Amino acid sequence: MVDFLQMVLSGIAVGSSYALMGLGMVLIYKASEVPNFVQGEMALLPIFIAFMLLSTYGVPYYIAFPATLIFALLLGCFLEFAILRRAKEPNVLGLIIITIGMEMMLLGFVSWKFGADQRAMPFPISAYDSIVIGDLFISTLDMLTLVVALVIMLILFLFFRFSKIGVAMKATQQNENAAALMGIKTKQIRMVTWGISSMVGSVAGLLIAPVLVEPYMMWDPMLKGFAGAVVGGMTSLPGAVFGAYIIGIVEHLFGGYVSIEFKSVVAFAIIVLVLCIKPSGLFARHYVKKV
Amino acid sequence: MDMKRDYYEDVQVFTSKVIVFWLGVLILALAIFPFVAKNYYVYVANYMAINVIVVVGLNLLVGYTGQISMGHAGFFAIGAYGTITLMTQAHFPFLLALPCAGLVAALFGFLLGLPALRLEGPYLAIATLGFGITTTQIIGKIKIFGERQGLHAPDLTIGPWHIQTDKDFYFVLIPITILLVLLARNIVKTKVGRAFISIRDADIAAETMGVNLTFYKTLAFAVSAFYAGVGGGLYAFVLRFIEPELFNMFMSIMFLTMAVVGGLGSMMGPVGGACLLGLLDLQLRNILEIPYFGQWIKALSESYFTMTGVSNIQLIVFGLILILIMLFEPLGIFGIWIRTKKYWKMWPF
Repeated sequence: MVDFLQMVLSGIAVGSSYALMGLGMVLIYKASEVPNFVQGEMALLPIFIAFMLLSTYGVPYYIAFPATLIFALLLGCFLEFAILRRAKEPNVLGLIIITIGMEMMLLGFVSWKFGADQRAMPFPISAYDSIVIGDLFISTLDMLTLVVALVIMLILFLFFRFSKIGVAMKATQQNENAAALMGIKTKQIRMVTWGISSMVGSVAGLLIAPVLVEPYMMWDPMLKGFAGAVVGGMTSLPGAVFGAYIIGIVEHLFGGYVSIEFKSVVAFAIIVLVLCIKPSGLFARHYVKKV
Repeated sequence: MDMKRDYYEDVQVFTSKVIVFWLGVLILALAIFPFVAKNYYVYVANYMAINVIVVVGLNLLVGYTGQISMGHAGFFAIGAYGTITLMTQAHFPFLLALPCAGLVAALFGFLLGLPALRLEGPYLAIATLGFGITTTQIIGKIKIFGERQGLHAPDLTIGPWHIQTDKDFYFVLIPITILLVLLARNIVKTKVGRAFISIRDADIAAETMGVNLTFYKTLAFAVSAFYAGVGGGLYAFVLRFIEPELFNMFMSIMFLTMAVVGGLGSMMGPVGGACLLGLLDLQLRNILEIPYFGQWIKALSESYFTMTGVSNIQLIVFGLILILIMLFEPLGIFGIWIRTKKYWKMWPF
């Protein structure tokens, strides 16, 4: 029983970073209707900026982390403004290809600039300390990830509920033409959505970075976050969080009880199973095309 | 622009005698090529031919049927491992093992096609992506496939003919490639191809007209997987050594890139895209040896970037190509060709 609870706890901890990536993806999917393959790399570049600031220039944490997040915001806005907005009559495949192109460029740039060495980012708390709750262990970093993820979810919830921009975003996502007629600058709103999504992803990245910094570090969280978002239904923010936690937990339970070797592929088995039963995910209403 | 006047004109494999003539010239040139080119360029040609096979198959699925697949490296791996295993364990001759491995890949394509029936857009993308990653992971853990160490290709003999060099293999590979491309062209021109196209353009309308969606969608996956499987089987003999790491996600993305750059939904476009990007891929792998440009890159890397990461310039170039093609010419090379042709035909208007 202790084993089981321990696995669930580790699953939740890992699920938190998946959830942040998934949230970022869903935000963008709702705004631009594109599965955003550049999500991981939108976080990767800011992480390396943070890494450079901290270890090369010795900038203190309280300046480096906010600077990184602002950079992430600008990066997300820039990608939407400079590239995605310029697409002519795009279809789903075209948009996917554009995000893949952006992803390859950013990944290539980062690996060219920093090489493929594996490093660890300096961080205020150690990645290897842990807290004991009863019989259960959780590392302080995981605990921090969990707390930060919950705080960000709360902030996002409040943001969409009470802030003017948040409400404008929801309006744009629901009906773009109507929103534009109400005086909302839908293009700007979409751009800001990309920025926010990039910021959310970067937070997840910053919490992974103390353990490992290397160019391919965001692949796994990105794919799992995407998987979580798909399980939850791609258009629902709570769904994405829920899906990501399910994937984190199932992955750990599978690793513990069935086979540690195939732990990383079980996420995709879950997706296929879920999608076979509910083709649009658990939380989204299935959209039936009218003729 | 070409007006079709009757049904038989529409179903012709070759639309004009000019095309047949140039195809003849191409085949002749391909037959002479290995005798005049250096050995390395024969290897390059082999590599390009493999890409052509896979991308033409992928195009049947993505370009003609309108389904997204980001997991073709999975089928490719199944084909490569299948061929080698059938030859070493079951002692099949090469020419039997290759189509058998292709059929195994097709079976997996059919299985992947089943859940894909209900999925579209991002859901299909992640499901196929997951398939590609999962396949490679699983293959890397099976003992008969050499686990992480990979497999060596066995000696290749077809009848009395012992194939050793790249040049020998070229003469096996090129006929198969031409045959498969012609087959794909033929498929597109038949009832099956028209069903594919109708599914791409409007699946509900197609279903109302009596096109069996279940059958044709899974068939598209299976045919496409067969091409990838055969391509993989041949690739194993071009490299002579395969390991699970080769068949990663970037390979799937590369295939998709080639198809898109060439132009989806045309036959010669993807062939051109596969050749062009295949060549570029090999050239960029040793970017530092390109005259002048290589030295400039080297100086740049030493002062601002890292030398260890210099091979990643490849990623930047491909990413840039993808974005530019999607932004300015969504039909790819084929679109450029069509526009040029139209311009000269209409000239001076």
